[in-house]
Amino acid sequence: MQTETKAKVDEVLAANGRPVTVLRFTGDISSTSRDTVLGTYEGVVKSRPVLIDFSKVEYINSSGIALVIQMLMEASKADQTIAAFGLTPHFQKVFTMVGITKYAALHRDEATAIASL
Amino acid sequence: MVETRGTAVEVKLPSRLGFEKVAMGTAASVAKLMGFPDDRIEDLKTALAEACINAIEHGNRLDGSLCVGVILSASDEALEVKVMDTGSGITKTPSKPDIDRKMHGEEDPRGMGMFLIQSLVDEAEWVKGSPGKGSYVRLVIRLAKESE
Repeated sequence: MQTETKAKVDEVLAANGRPVTVLRFTGDISSTSRDTVLGTYEGVVKSRPVLIDFSKVEYINSSGIALVIQMLMEASKADQTIAAFGLTPHFQKVFTMVGITKYAALHRDEATAIASL
Repeated sequence: MVETRGTAVEVKLPSRLGFEKVAMGTAASVAKLMGFPDDRIEDLKTALAEACINAIEHGNRLDGSLCVGVILSASDEALEVKVMDTGSGITKTPSKPDIDRKMHGEEDPRGMGMFLIQSLVDEAEWVKGSPGKGSYVRLVIRLAKESE
């Protein structure tokens, strides 16, 4: 019943010319996504900012949100800027409710997210 | 608009993670027929998903031979959803998640399901089971809320 989580890592340039890593997730993000979500994050360069693209994520539950928090914990340890874009208004509300916005800015789309860096 | 007053829809889910999406889809269809706006339907879907996941994982302990029952009851004013499992129910309501404690490793990053349920619906009640009877969680979203 669950749609497999897939992840793709892209590199884009911020307005200041600095490289930015974009983690693009698709499918569901739930308890079965642990290896994909945390494993993919583990492989990114920690000295660059990271944007998480949720625009093609179909379903996130509280276990999936916990994986996002674990990514934020790792980013915090590495003093890495991390932000997200592409969440539906409903999940922007849910992420705000659980406090994620204290540690990661949520942007409407990729262009806005890149411009914020 | 289809007449939904007094309607009850029942769904039985296997105790396997992922099947909460069947309940979400059914609840969304009923809520749409009742005239709930899209944002309230999204709230209900997330709350119901979390209730089903709790029933599958904790109530029925992922036992594939057990079902999670979901009953949606529509009235003029509200949609009530009961999610039933064979467990004994929760012993205490977890405290509100604290993102700072989670970020510092002082609190499990998980454990947000009940908070989300309580925050997203108008009413949430956990009813402990008696011997031989399972427990259930009851969620309510009210139509009146959209005109507030």
